[in-house]
Parts: sequence; C-alpha cells; structure tokens
Amino acid sequence: MPIDKFVTVQTSFVPMPIENVDTDQIIPARFLKATTKDGFGDNLFYDWRYEKDGSPKADFVLNNPAYSGTVLVAGKNFGSGSSREHAAWAIAGYGFKAVVSSFFADIFRGNSLNNGVLPVQVSEAFLAGLFKAVDADNKAEVKIDLENQTITNVSTGESEGFEINSYKKNCLMNGYDDIDYLLSLSEEIEAYEAQAVKF
Amino acid sequence: MGKTLFDKIWDSHVVKTIDDGPNVLYIDRHFIHEVTSPQAFGGIKARGGKVARPSQVIATPDHNIPTVNQHLTIQDELSRHQVETLKKNCEENGITMYGLNHPYNGIVHVVGPELGITQPGMTIVCGDSHTSTHGAFGSIAFGIGTSEVEMALATQCIMQPKPKSMRINIEGELGKGVTSKDIILYIISKLSTGGGTGYFVEFAGSAIRSLSMEARMTVCNMSIEMGARGGMIAPDETTFEYIKGREQAPKGEAWDKAVAYWKSLVTDADAKFDKELTFDGADIEPMITYGTNPGMGAKVCENIPTLESIEDSSQGSFQKSMEYMGFAAGDKLEGKQVDYVFVGSCTNGRIEDLRAFCEAVKGKQKAESVTAWIVPGSKQVEKQAIEEGLKEQLEAAGFELRQPGCSACLAMNDDKIPAGKYAVATSNRNFEGRQGPGSRTMLASPLTAAAAAVTGVVTDPRTIFNL
Repeated sequence: MPIDKFVTVQTSFVPMPIENVDTDQIIPARFLKATTKDGFGDNLFYDWRYEKDGSPKADFVLNNPAYSGTVLVAGKNFGSGSSREHAAWAIAGYGFKAVVSSFFADIFRGNSLNNGVLPVQVSEAFLAGLFKAVDADNKAEVKIDLENQTITNVSTGESEGFEINSYKKNCLMNGYDDIDYLLSLSEEIEAYEAQAVKF
Repeated sequence: MGKTLFDKIWDSHVVKTIDDGPNVLYIDRHFIHEVTSPQAFGGIKARGGKVARPSQVIATPDHNIPTVNQHLTIQDELSRHQVETLKKNCEENGITMYGLNHPYNGIVHVVGPELGITQPGMTIVCGDSHTSTHGAFGSIAFGIGTSEVEMALATQCIMQPKPKSMRINIEGELGKGVTSKDIILYIISKLSTGGGTGYFVEFAGSAIRSLSMEARMTVCNMSIEMGARGGMIAPDETTFEYIKGREQAPKGEAWDKAVAYWKSLVTDADAKFDKELTFDGADIEPMITYGTNPGMGAKVCENIPTLESIEDSSQGSFQKSMEYMGFAAGDKLEGKQVDYVFVGSCTNGRIEDLRAFCEAVKGKQKAESVTAWIVPGSKQVEKQAIEEGLKEQLEAAGFELRQPGCSACLAMNDDKIPAGKYAVATSNRNFEGRQGPGSRTMLASPLTAAAAAVTGVVTDPRTIFNL
C-alpha cells in the first residue's frame, strides 16, 4: 500500500506554541469509533477548535485565516500520550505534510512516518526563531528538504539539519511502506521461529 | 560487558537488522481490541493477505463497552459497530476473542496477565500505549500504532529502532499509605512526561522487589506517561508464583523448563545503562496530580508549585493548564473539591486495588456530594470481588460495583465526567477532556481515591485511615 511520496516543501505554516500537545487534544477519544481511516482531519484538535455547539472558536489558530500552510509548528513534546494512529490520520487528513517541534513522543513519531507525515525535530532556538518569524509576518515560510535533511526559516535564511534514519528516509521519498518490506521477509521469519526458545 | 534484561530479550527477538534503520522484531504475543484494529484488518484485506499467526493473537473488546447492563446490546451505534467488527475480523481469521459477557472479557492489559498469557522473556505488542503493563513480568511490551498492528497481524513482526536503556532504582522501605501508584506518579513528577522518551526503562531496587505483581503492573503501566517506550521488572519468585497454574501458563515439565529460562532473565552485574537514576523510597508520599499531564503531580500534603518555580519557557503552558483546572499556582491541594471518584482502568482496576479501596472505606460512608464509579478491570476481577464479599462491603459504604471495561479512563462509553467537574481517578491520564469534554482529572492511588470518596475533598489518606 504505497504512501504519498514526500517532496521538498516550502510553505507558510501554522504556529502552535504550546508544550506537551497530547494525542487526546489532537484527536479526542470519542472520535476513535470509526473503522476506516477517513474523515479524521475534520476532528483534528476538535475540543480546541470548536465550541460545544460545533461553531468554530475564533481564537484557535486553525480557525484564523491569517495562518495557513501544510506545516504545523508546535511546542516541545508534541504527540505524547496514547498510541492512537488516529492522531497521525487526523494530521495527515487535515493536509499537514510535516510537523516541526523541538521534541516528539516516540509512538507519535513512528505513526507519523508510517503515514507520510514528516516529524522534524529542531533545536529550541530554531523553534523560537520560527515562532518569532510568524509573529512578525503571518505568511512567513519554512522550507523542509528531506533529501538533504535540512529545514530553513525562510524569513531569516537560518538553516538547521534534522535526523531521520536512512531506511525511513528512503521509504518516505519513494512512498514505500513497511508492510510490503516485512512480507518479503517470510523466509527469514520462519527461520527465526525454528530456532526461538520454546517450552 | 554484561547485558541488560532488556538487551537479552530484544536481541533474541531480532529477525533482521537494517543498516541505519530499525530492527525487524519478532512478536510472541499480540493483543488486539476494537478501537485500533479495524483499519489494520482492512489493510490486510485490501492487500489480499491473511493473518500470519492467529494463535499468537488474542482479542478482547474493552474501550467502548458499557459498564452497566452488559447483557443488553451496546446502545451506542458506533461503539456497537466497532465491537461487532472486531468479532467479525476475529472469526474470519481464526483469532480467539473474549467478547462481551465472556467470563474472560475485560481490559486487555488485565486479561493477558490473569490468564497466564503474559510471560517473562516475551515480546508483546498491542495497539494501546499501556501495553507497557505486561513488562511487570519481565517481558518487552509496548504500545504500537495501527500500521504496526497491521504489520504484526500480517507477519508477526514489526519494525522498531532499538531504544536506549534506563534503569530507575527505588531503594528502601515505603512509608504507610504509599502505594505503587504513588511510586510511579512520583517518578513521572521528577522526570516529566518527556523524561523517558527514547528509552526503555527497567525498574529495580528493594522497594520494587517488595511489590506484588498487581503493584508492579501499575508501575510499568504508566512508563509511557514519562514518554518511555516501555517499562519492565526482572522476573523473580513473586512473578513465578503469580503465573503458576494460570490457564495458559506452562504446565508440568514445560513449567520447570520455563522457570529455568526465566531465571536467566536478569540484568548482568556488569551491564551498563545509557541512564540510571536512584530514588529513596522514604521520600515518596501519597501523590496526586493537579494539572493536565501526568508529570504535573505533587504530594497530596503539598501545594501546587508557584509560577516562579516553573521554567520561563514552560510558564505559558503551566498557566493554560491551571486555567483549565480552575486552580491557581501555589494553591493547597488538600481540601480541593471532588465531585467524582473513578476506581478502575488498566492502571488500578485489579483485585488488589479493589481490596485496598474496600478496606479503606470499611465502616465509613461515601460523601453525598461524590458520584463514585468502581469498575473492575475484568470479568474475573468482578467475579473475585463478588466472591470475596467486596461488592457487599462497597454497597454497605454507599458505593456500587459496575461491570468491567476501560470506562471513564478515556470515556469512550457513557462513563463521562461532566464539563467543569473534578474527578479523582485511579487511571493514567489527566489530559484536557480525557474523561469527557471539559472534565478535570486528578490522578491518584486507590487509597487516595478512597479518602476523597468519603470526604468529598482531596485528602491525604494517612490523615483519616488507620494504615
């Protein structure tokens, strides 16, 4: 099942300078009752985004037309909490191609990569620079180059490298998924089982 | 150099190592539930594949199920559809499922250990972050996303980068009224919710060794709340004693062979961890959270931190959290109003937790202002609670024993804390809206929950119970 190929993006971005954004905020549990991956983008950040009656909260960043773009830039420790991949489906479903933060929770990072959403971990100083740039100009841009593993604050020209293992990088750039790869290993898996501890 | 417990199990499960990439890790047991599995089965179907090793997969619906009138059909249409989808997927693929009303139904992390499915040395995954619970048996157990559920179903393997290793030692004796929940809330309050990210944690030390299996499960359960990939405790006589005789435990000669192998599952004396921390058990007191992540915890007898004590860069998030909770920095915790008490979940929904709660409230009455939900972790826990007379004891004190499920821990069923109300909960997360939109959660042990239930306010259990 191929995922979308990740190509270099240069875009304005949505700032969310809040720390510890957990997966219950990204997608509240009551929206996890679906049996397909569709439609989660509509409920992304639901309780921050909508009033009880379903009308948009004017002060939430996704409802502010001044901010747009396919990259979400968030405070440190993004995606902590539950293993729900629905959080990654919601972010991908909304249209974000990458999330930038100074720290990511492990499971969220893996889930994002498995859905073609690139988690870009940057230094605190670089993150602060992005928030500053978007404060000054809400159409400030960020450029993410996966091949060279660099992220650039277009307003200042400041660049920083980011880490991703070469296996996952290759998957994202080519749209490969892990399951196809694992299915190709059936002989190795059977050989493993033959020698495993049993009692 | 010697190996850690974690290394021994991990290394023996690597099918293949990819250069500058993850390991292909073999999975011994895969637990599934209704919420994070349907899209995985959908993916397998779309590829025209099948479940590779159905006998190594165990299913139980838990997140969506009601905790009253379970003999009736699930009323919520979406929940019912999800639970029925699990049943259908299990039937089509030859997977054993302990469905609603089955004597083994319950929260997946309660069911696995009580049936003896969870054993030392295993790799165990489930599409649920609290899979770390099973690490209490000396297994490598961790939560995975649905893409990985699909991988595990399709190939019995997943792809994982090997995490770094951390050991947390708790030494010395625990004080009166201090439980394993207080230990883990204390650790998370010291490390923060990101302090364990990138690590797999081994809990060790004399205070950990003294804990029962139920209590060890509570500690490992919340490893994820400090960001750790998982937590584990080396198996010992306490572990073997717990497993022996359980339905799926090895029997006869196989038992002796198993125990001999399990005894080798300890960290070697000369093994090195990437990080090691030691805390004094005597410094731990009954804990409670005051904010909107599990790292925001304090001793019940203390005050909420002042704003000045919070790092500058985190002050905005701290204030947002205080605003949500309706608290002010520096407030005293004791005496805060409590509207709801929830005892249950994969963290504290085991028989020992119900016993501790019952013992504490014996001879006392639930405060009139408090609504209390006492939810056993499984059908077997429920049965045992009835047999031991706990249900009657609860009723005599004004409480009601409900039916098993995840319940108000994440409020996917009807057990929702109303907006603005305060709940003392024995579960694992106090995120905004976790127990229902607008709900305000304070995490604590069953004992501290009992203290709140009988007084209607946050209360240090040592001040009202004979412990």
